[in-house]
Amino acid sequence: MQKKLGLFALLLLVGILSALPAWAVEPLRIGALFSVTGPASFLGEPERNTLEMLVKEVNAKGGIKGRKLDLVVYDTQGDATKAVQLATKLIKNEKVAVIVGPSTTGETMAVIPLVEKEKIPLISCAAGVKITDPVKKYVFKTPANDHIAAEKIFNFMAAKKQKSVALLTVTDGYGSSGREQLKDMAKKKGISVVADETYGPKDTDMTAQLTKIKGSKADAIICWGTNPGPAIVTRNVKQLGIKIPLYQSHGVASKKYIELAGNDNAEGVILPAGKLAIFDKLAKKDPQAKLLRDYNAAYKKTYNVEASTFGGYAYDSFLMITEAMKKGAVTSDQMRDNLERIKKLVSVSGIFSMGANDHNGLDLSAFEMVKIVKGDWEIAK
Amino acid sequence: MACLKQRNMGLSDQIAQYLVSGLSTGAIYALIGIGFAIIYNGTEIINFAQGEMVMLGGMFTLFGLDVLKLPLPVAILMAVTLTTLSGVLFERLTIRPLKSPTPLSLVIITIGGSILIRGIAMLVGGKDTHAIPAFSGSDPLSIGSATILPQHLWIFALTVIAIVLNKLFFQYSITGKAMRACAANRRAAGLVGIDVRRMVLFSFAISAGLGSLAGIIVAPLTMTSYDVGVMLGLKGFCAAIIGGLSGGLGTVLGGLLLGVLESLGAGLISSGYKDAIAFIILLLILFIRPQGLFSRAQTERV
Repeated sequence: MQKKLGLFALLLLVGILSALPAWAVEPLRIGALFSVTGPASFLGEPERNTLEMLVKEVNAKGGIKGRKLDLVVYDTQGDATKAVQLATKLIKNEKVAVIVGPSTTGETMAVIPLVEKEKIPLISCAAGVKITDPVKKYVFKTPANDHIAAEKIFNFMAAKKQKSVALLTVTDGYGSSGREQLKDMAKKKGISVVADETYGPKDTDMTAQLTKIKGSKADAIICWGTNPGPAIVTRNVKQLGIKIPLYQSHGVASKKYIELAGNDNAEGVILPAGKLAIFDKLAKKDPQAKLLRDYNAAYKKTYNVEASTFGGYAYDSFLMITEAMKKGAVTSDQMRDNLERIKKLVSVSGIFSMGANDHNGLDLSAFEMVKIVKGDWEIAK
Repeated sequence: MACLKQRNMGLSDQIAQYLVSGLSTGAIYALIGIGFAIIYNGTEIINFAQGEMVMLGGMFTLFGLDVLKLPLPVAILMAVTLTTLSGVLFERLTIRPLKSPTPLSLVIITIGGSILIRGIAMLVGGKDTHAIPAFSGSDPLSIGSATILPQHLWIFALTVIAIVLNKLFFQYSITGKAMRACAANRRAAGLVGIDVRRMVLFSFAISAGLGSLAGIIVAPLTMTSYDVGVMLGLKGFCAAIIGGLSGGLGTVLGGLLLGVLESLGAGLISSGYKDAIAFIILLLILFIRPQGLFSRAQTERV
């Protein structure tokens, strides 16, 4: 009898405990897949840092509409197979309501079939066009498409009456995607591509490619890559005495690029930059200016380094999730619907206006054309 | 006007620039290749951690410049010393403890060691790429219609000094001769009273020092980061193989040839195949002339 009573009491206790979270609001579980280590760690590290910082900040203020956030971050090491395993773990074991990441296009593409099947919204921090084109029901992404940056450059070139271009792109995912977009966009804008050269991500000298470009009849050069390649290209351009304008991609829109290339060599280089890189140069009335300044200050205070565009992608994802919650999303499906309804959300990468046919939500205003003058950015005119 | 002139740049001018660019890149490969050759000549080991010594040279210099705020010459001296010590440590900790060394196990150990060194460098120094100032400015110098940077001259000079010293050391000094004896026949060298282990240690120290010097001198051009040693090491290895792993002129010619072919290939054929060209040459040489392009077949290397 005694034993039976004990069991009964235990059951009752278990019953009460498991019912408890229904009274207090259960926190929203956010899963994150970032390549914190490995070759793409320059993306994953600031992304994780940003998300952790923001979640802490919101929870300290009591959460969103009284609901706290619970963040689970997994490191994919830039490996697509690992990304899929960890995504499964996030959905099945951690029961997350929404996933932020992965950091790279390859990983994101690998994870998409899974989240579509499990109906968990995914906000990718990778830039590849194919992530949201064609639109997938549960998949969103925050970085602007490469072709927007390409279009921005070509519009600028058209205004300067430059009619032919030489391409110099890196042979990795970023470069080959950029190369396709550039060639595509050049055709649309009526600019002829007279040289189409590439270099390896670890190459240390690009004078051969640039000599060939020098011999072509190009009006300008567009280089598409991430550091350190574009910095070496910039130095080589100077070394060979090439006088035509050099455009770089948004992939090097950081002070690091100027530092690596050297102030003298980088003088006059023009590139489309996300607004975070130039927040102190923006007009006062720019809607993003205050948010960018605050983000940079908070990040610097917490991690002792400047905020980066990449961390900005995680910032965008976070803002979208909290916006969806503010509009009343509780379940994953409500979250998805509210994400799609986001309109004019001012964030780091730009001002997002989603729609059923647009799961990225950014336009040409996401970038600003800047020119490097005396080692600093200036809005290019 | 400059623009017009530039547009009329003829093919011969282009080829001149390809050659100059190729030679300057090739000199870098050669300098790194010599490090491979020295260890091979002293021990018959291919040390795949040689690329990491190149990386350490650049990273230690950066540490001296940025963190300790030392003047450049002092930072270089410190970097060479520290890298040489790292080479010695590497040998003591990984090569020497091996009971019965076989070529295969030694090669695998050096590959493992290189991954470890790279990992430590990443943890300590971070993942960023860093620039190091050029030794004597970065205003390009013209050679005919082609241009070159002052830093390239430093590289050429160091390469020449390295070959000369290397030749003198291995031909005329007792230690150098003893090291060659060890490579030719370990057992026999031991029997005539040469301290074989000491010679192995020496060759690691010398090649680490030379590797770091190479890393320091190329850093203003290639910049430096924890993973810069991988590709440079591989290209240096190619150069050494083309040159038949000779510590002298063969490797240098190998490096220059590699650099020029890469540059001409990128310029005249397609830049997409630049690295493919280098590695196809490496494979062809390993298949057809494993003793290298410039040396006669030698029985003791078989």
